[in-house]
Amino acid sequence: MTAAWRARLRNVLALALLVPLAALALALARRARLPRAELVYSNGSEVTTLDPATVSGQSEGRVAMALFEGLTVKHPETLAPLPGVAERWEVAPDGLTYTFHLRAEARWSNGEHLTAEDFLYSWRRLLEPETAAPFAYQLWCVRGAEAFSRSAPEEREARWRDVGLAAPDAHTLVVELARPTAYFLALTSFHPLFPVHRRSLEEAQRSFPRRWQSEWVRAGRLISNGPFKLVERRVNDRLRLVRNPEYWDVGAVALRSLDILALEHIGTGLNLYLAGEVDWIDRVPATLVPELRRRPDFQAAPYLASYFYRVNVTRPPLDDVRVRRALALSVDRRTLCAAILQKGEPPSWSLTPPGLAGYPRPEMRHAPVGADEAAHAAALAADRAEARALLAAAGYGPARPFPPLEILFNTSETHRDVAEVLAADWSATLGIEVKLLNQEWKSFLDSQTNLRYDLSRSSWIGDYPDPNTFLEAFTADSENNRTGWRSERYDGLLAAAGREVDAARRLALLAEAEALLLEELPILPLFGYVSQNLVHPRLGGFHANVLDEHPPKFWHWKERAR
Amino acid sequence: MTLFLLRRAGWFLVTLWLVVSVSFVLMRAVRGGPFSSERALHPAVEQSLRERYHLDWPLWKQYLQYVGPLDWSAQGHRLVGGDGTRPWGGLLALDLGPSFKYRDFTVGEILAQSLPVSAALGALALLWALALGLPSGILAAVRRGTRLDLALRLAATLGIALPNFVVAGLLVLVFVFGLGWLPPAGWGDLAHFLLPSFVLGLPFAAYIARLTRAGLLEVLNQDFVRTARAKGLPPHLVLVRHALRASLLPVVTYLGPATAGILTGSLVVEKIFAIPGVGTHFVNSALNRDYPLAMGVTLVYTVLVYALNTLVDAAATLLDPRIPLEEAG
Repeated sequence: MTAAWRARLRNVLALALLVPLAALALALARRARLPRAELVYSNGSEVTTLDPATVSGQSEGRVAMALFEGLTVKHPETLAPLPGVAERWEVAPDGLTYTFHLRAEARWSNGEHLTAEDFLYSWRRLLEPETAAPFAYQLWCVRGAEAFSRSAPEEREARWRDVGLAAPDAHTLVVELARPTAYFLALTSFHPLFPVHRRSLEEAQRSFPRRWQSEWVRAGRLISNGPFKLVERRVNDRLRLVRNPEYWDVGAVALRSLDILALEHIGTGLNLYLAGEVDWIDRVPATLVPELRRRPDFQAAPYLASYFYRVNVTRPPLDDVRVRRALALSVDRRTLCAAILQKGEPPSWSLTPPGLAGYPRPEMRHAPVGADEAAHAAALAADRAEARALLAAAGYGPARPFPPLEILFNTSETHRDVAEVLAADWSATLGIEVKLLNQEWKSFLDSQTNLRYDLSRSSWIGDYPDPNTFLEAFTADSENNRTGWRSERYDGLLAAAGREVDAARRLALLAEAEALLLEELPILPLFGYVSQNLVHPRLGGFHANVLDEHPPKFWHWKERAR
Repeated sequence: MTLFLLRRAGWFLVTLWLVVSVSFVLMRAVRGGPFSSERALHPAVEQSLRERYHLDWPLWKQYLQYVGPLDWSAQGHRLVGGDGTRPWGGLLALDLGPSFKYRDFTVGEILAQSLPVSAALGALALLWALALGLPSGILAAVRRGTRLDLALRLAATLGIALPNFVVAGLLVLVFVFGLGWLPPAGWGDLAHFLLPSFVLGLPFAAYIARLTRAGLLEVLNQDFVRTARAKGLPPHLVLVRHALRASLLPVVTYLGPATAGILTGSLVVEKIFAIPGVGTHFVNSALNRDYPLAMGVTLVYTVLVYALNTLVDAAATLLDPRIPLEEAG
């Protein structure tokens, strides 16, 4: 090696050291120091997309709710539909025809008028299979919509003419339903049904055929119609939203800017909240709940979600309903909730969680729960005695021991704790040997979908406050069934409820279906979820509700108490 | 030297091709798909997504599409039956594709946003590592056998043994909630970088201290150092001019892969301090079955490790002329 080469090499090395340093300088220089927004909140993992039609998660829904607005808006406390883009609406007596009157002052964030045509375009896009919208089926309650979704591209135009959507003028939208859908009005405030801006979307698709999606929703380019608009976005970091001056009700929007943080680690969220850098976090570390519960700013409220176990009814001996019932009866739900979960989760003997207005929620048969410790112990003892009798009736006993069972759960401390309690209960009460098997999320879903399990940890979050959102998961042809259980009577009851106009009779039909499910027990109900929000004490317009949905439109800072 | 670099470049292409091909096949062999979720998609919706991302194609065709440079889709190159509206695509056309999980971003955009963050954090961590590791290693070697040596070695062992989330937790407790000097997490100011870079750099500092101490002790007993001392050179000059340079060889060798690791971030540190770096994507892209993103971060890591190892081999001959480049190559 010559001296000249060496000198050159030395330069290269010096450069190699400089590169990371330069990167540091650069990153700091282009940090684009955003001053803190007026309100900062944690939104879990980075959202999949801002396109309201194609997302399904709660984090995505929260972002969509800030950026867009549907025909109606949810009341922050009661969740009742309030006027949104539609200033009023009429429902025909048969419950099949909805006429929405759109407000003339509704505009997009670029100032263009928002018309009924925008809804026709957006809802058609939602229904088209190419959009790949997970919630497209929610709009299948509209006449002809399902057939349109299932049609081949060449017959699409013809099918569209049969869909019960029409815009007689720029500010009127008429929706004809195939069946009276009690929760249709609630759906109009659900993010898949939000309007999207046609021109900017189609322009992006034309100019960037390969990456139109990232171009369309880019900060500064995304055109939305909600109370806020997007001004900056950094992947895995934050979305910066500012008040949308073109929003029709801008006078009612108190906050000037929002930072929506992508925070994956729950402990970090808590640290940021305690340090005052974040004003709202929607989950806290499970181990700290007993301590946090004492804080006045900790809100734990019933949440429209259930925790249960799916049972693989295709696998003996779990194909025997007596065995499933024995398993369901021997669980000490009260101790599970009070000692392990500790957030005030309600023990549950139903698939649907409590809090559904007007719904006569059935429970699986069990001894009535007493108020005090002694009554509880007596009820549990009675249930467990019945469980042992059921198992004996199914033919298991000292002569024929019960084969070992396996609980499948996705990797998580809480799920392991719950599984261990259940395993202990079943071992002590029924003498069943239970093994635990955890899998990472995607493998777990694969096992569940292909019925490669005995018992599997499950949960379901309601999309709208109606029992249907829980019960429809267990029809024979639902992809979410994943138990192998099918019942013609169950499917028939749900279909009948779908056709029923009278609200009380409809809910009674749904209750009958749930009672049947709880008789057959393809699922073992365990407990209902609670939301766990830590919210800045001065944040007004933020209310606990069963959907844990918090429309930012209503948020404001309260005056400091004097 | 030119020959050395050329040969390295050649092997680089072979390595890269192997990494791409093996990862491509392995990733798709794992159970579970990118679009499964608690709330199962309607079969038609899932089919539509699979079509959009060409997951309905046979594997060989997906592979050719990924590598490029021809686009095999209906809008692709005329040579492979497309209509020619977008003929080129894939790796060879410098297109890493869209992310399946973060659908508003291409893999290129995600890397462009997160790599500088990780690199900046890593650079600072590297500075910590060198600033803490070298002096304490030298000090321990010079004062070997004393209590100071023992203390420094104990600290180094602790630095290696303590998991970074424990160190992070302790530091947050002291500097955020105790003293209130630093923000608990986030990214934007230099203040945001101090704790995470320290946590990230600590184990590296500990390794560097150990390697420096061991290297120095070995060199200090060699003839040329004794000669230098015998000439009457003051001890600090012996150390700096003669011994240190030769003793740094193991440190430099270690720094190559360490730098690649440190610059590409750390899942744990990024999570705890909410830093939007690339480290998170190494684990999450695999968990999410986000094939293009997983591929993208794998490629970045391959390139970095390869480039830094080449640099280290070149640096070794600088520090110790007895090591020929050819052999190092």
